[in-house]
Amino acid sequence: MKFGVVRFPGSCDDIDALQAARRVGDAVLLWHTDHDLQGVDAVIVPGGFSYGDYLRAGAIARFAPVMAEVEEFARSGGLVLGICNGFQVLCEAGLLPGALLTNVSLKFVFRQVDVEVVRGLGPFTGACEAGERLSIPVKHTTGRFHAPDPELDRLEASGQVLLRYAPGHNPNGSLRDIAGVCNESGNVFGLMPHPEHAVDPLGGSVDGLKIFESMRADVEQHVLA
Amino acid sequence: MSSSTYSLDERHRQLGLTDEEYARILDRLGRAPNDVELAMLSLMWSEHCGYKHSRRLLRRLPKEGRHVLLGPGENAGAVDVGGGLAVAFKVESHNHPSAVEPFQGAATGVGGILRDVFAVGARPIAVLDSLRFGEPSVSERSRYLLDRAVAGIGHYGNSIGVPTVGGEIYFEPSYEQNCLVNAMCLGLAPHERLIRSAAAGPGNVVVLLGALTGRDGIGGASVLASAELGEGDEAKRPSVQIGDPFTEKKLLECCLELLDRDLLVSLQDLGAAGLTSAASEMAGGGGVGLTIDLCQIPLREADMEPFEIMVSESQERMLCVARPECVGALLDVCERWEVLATTIGCVTDGDSLQVLHRGNVVADVPVRVLIDDCPLYDLQPVPPSSDLYRASEAVLSGDESVADTLLALLRSSNLASRRPVFEQYDPIVQSRTVRRPDEADAAVLMLPNGSAIAVSIDGNGRRVACDPRRGAAEAVYECSANLACVGAEPLGLTNCLNFGNPEKSHVAWQLTEAVEGLAGACEALGVPVVGGNVSLYNEAPTGPIFPTPVVGMVGKLPNAARPGRMGFALTGDSIALVGPFEPSLVGSELAKLRGEAPVGELPAIDAGRIRIAHQAVRARVRSGAFRSAHDVAEGGVAATLAECCIAGGLGATVRLPEWLDPFGEAPGRGFIVSGPAEALAGFVVIGEVGGEALRVEGLLDLAVSELRDARDSGLAGWV
Repeated sequence: MKFGVVRFPGSCDDIDALQAARRVGDAVLLWHTDHDLQGVDAVIVPGGFSYGDYLRAGAIARFAPVMAEVEEFARSGGLVLGICNGFQVLCEAGLLPGALLTNVSLKFVFRQVDVEVVRGLGPFTGACEAGERLSIPVKHTTGRFHAPDPELDRLEASGQVLLRYAPGHNPNGSLRDIAGVCNESGNVFGLMPHPEHAVDPLGGSVDGLKIFESMRADVEQHVLA
Repeated sequence: MSSSTYSLDERHRQLGLTDEEYARILDRLGRAPNDVELAMLSLMWSEHCGYKHSRRLLRRLPKEGRHVLLGPGENAGAVDVGGGLAVAFKVESHNHPSAVEPFQGAATGVGGILRDVFAVGARPIAVLDSLRFGEPSVSERSRYLLDRAVAGIGHYGNSIGVPTVGGEIYFEPSYEQNCLVNAMCLGLAPHERLIRSAAAGPGNVVVLLGALTGRDGIGGASVLASAELGEGDEAKRPSVQIGDPFTEKKLLECCLELLDRDLLVSLQDLGAAGLTSAASEMAGGGGVGLTIDLCQIPLREADMEPFEIMVSESQERMLCVARPECVGALLDVCERWEVLATTIGCVTDGDSLQVLHRGNVVADVPVRVLIDDCPLYDLQPVPPSSDLYRASEAVLSGDESVADTLLALLRSSNLASRRPVFEQYDPIVQSRTVRRPDEADAAVLMLPNGSAIAVSIDGNGRRVACDPRRGAAEAVYECSANLACVGAEPLGLTNCLNFGNPEKSHVAWQLTEAVEGLAGACEALGVPVVGGNVSLYNEAPTGPIFPTPVVGMVGKLPNAARPGRMGFALTGDSIALVGPFEPSLVGSELAKLRGEAPVGELPAIDAGRIRIAHQAVRARVRSGAFRSAHDVAEGGVAATLAECCIAGGLGATVRLPEWLDPFGEAPGRGFIVSGPAEALAGFVVIGEVGGEALRVEGLLDLAVSELRDARDSGLAGWV
């Protein structure tokens, strides 16, 4: 199992994601100007401030050369995980539904929050139980998930909402407490909380590991199949 | 003065130089400086760059220690933390820019201290901030400065991916006009990657890295940082630099890769006084000359004058020296990181800093005149004859119950929860943080070999105002106490001396006494000073700020898996008071709330017993015998107990010794610890952990939730 972590100029949580992925498999960095995914089994678009994010979070990174490969990889069913800025990039790229707006507080917020697993199935949350609570930190200014009501109804009906902030834990005003959503085919997932920062007991929580373990199990299952 | 009487000879006064200093320049140069040279000299001889009122005093601080790898004089100091690793660190002020434009002032304060750290080859791994503002409950200006400075710090630190792991904030009326924004950065490097700034090797190439050079920050060091602020400071706003953390992030990664590939001879950041200072320091350190061609420098505005280019404080720039054969590889690395890199000059075997523009020599100044000939002044210290600081508005009359007093203290601006502030900072990026803000008295970061470092920053100006010598010493002891609470042993410290106008005898006295206090405490604990910064002229028409030495201390602990916590951990644990703790209300938060001026004698300092107490706490936190440890600071034992209850979510039942004032303070000397009864044998056991309330026999009985609500309400809505 080999993860690839995209590195844009301005990525901040790239090494964190790399180290987290290495707890469950191999992992390499993918440079933003390269048209080469190095044969990875899954791509992680990490957190940070790609290209400074001075225009709109993720708006420039979505045009990075490597993103053409990532989009192709996603269309062919490859697993793509977007964390925080990565979630924003994948929304900008049209790989995920909805959009991320400025927090209701208008401020950056760091907080250890509880999220509830909505669906304990599939490549990203398969190692979790439905209803299970995970303690994972958030840290962002632009994390308020938004979509029109009919779209939100559709996302919920089709099981694309994988994570919700637990009651009282919504840090940014996300509609319907949505913390993470996947695409229709379920192989692209974005979330604002940082699972790569909840993998070491010394850091206070290891709940984030379940996301990476789910991905490994899914990839290995497909290899076996 | 009419323009007709304005003579050329007065140029120097407008640049902040005295007539005597100008005469000294004429003498040393043997001629009159031209405009470019005078601009350069005025900056290098400013207080901010030349430390002319503090350099002699700073010699008093101990700088030697067995862990020291880089001492004062480099961009940042560094200590050995074992495993072949070094931690570089430094604290620096950005007070005056922040008073004029708090968001960019604070942001570029962070950007500047980060560059100092990666200039020595260390990857920045943590930032801490020490902030001072006027009283937020009555000052709209202070609420604005607080809100914007915090946003600026977050903007820079969060965007560049360096965690902000700690800090401190105090609010006092004396900071109303002169807020303080001190930023500290720690960096990590293998020993062999540490690099000095001294240029070497005539014929080697000087390369400018990073952002375009613009007109921002012209004269920042002399106009802003080396004079008192006053009316009409809005006009100084263009002197404040604008930060771009994205450019610095690329610059940081690029510089570290250049060092990893061994492509650089030396590296220096461009901070105050821009290219002038960077080039002078590099040449001076190496005993060589430098020639710089201004026409090669990429400009943001094409029509910049030579002096503007030389003194611009545009951010996110570094200067390096490389061997000619390495320049090709150097430029390749820069191109990959999309960092602008331009060859702008060379190292010469002369002794002067020579500046060319369109083929003409526009400045040619011996490096020693720029650096070594800066005049050094002896201070004229005289203790103030009357009280310097007014009493603050009384919030408490003294008739309140102990419970109401404690709640008022927890709600007060200096004790209230800092959560609204630190939630705006990312404390965990880079995945090293094992103790975040509010979890322990010091931040703790793990190292690759399983050990950890701890860091704390402290400085209580109110107490230094009472007694500069003891108050300054207390800052050192409190830092050491904070490190002890997580099990860390001090390795070194950095300081930032924030004071008023040193040309005034009472400020000179504060400064002299404070340095003496710092030096004594450092010697007593065996902790060397590896670097620091001085910020003077923090003075408004109403008077100077509280004398505010800020101390940042770095320590190490053997096992990253066992750092201490501040919160009570287990019902049934015993609670003890540890240390030579004989507190008083002089200079305390309660005295402030009662409207008392900062005067009086602070409790005596018994350095030997303090050191033994710190060792005892450190050892027992490391072994796990103490399940919690928290030093007794503002608000005394009562507030400390409340903080332990809130952090742990557990109550406590306590009986205080007769002699102990529950709100008395003596920072750095006392600890509240908890653990199994047998682990606390030999200490002054005062009670037991348990229940949902803090009960102090005969004094108070308050639910932990009530304590928490009071503490949470203090800053809520202000930031």
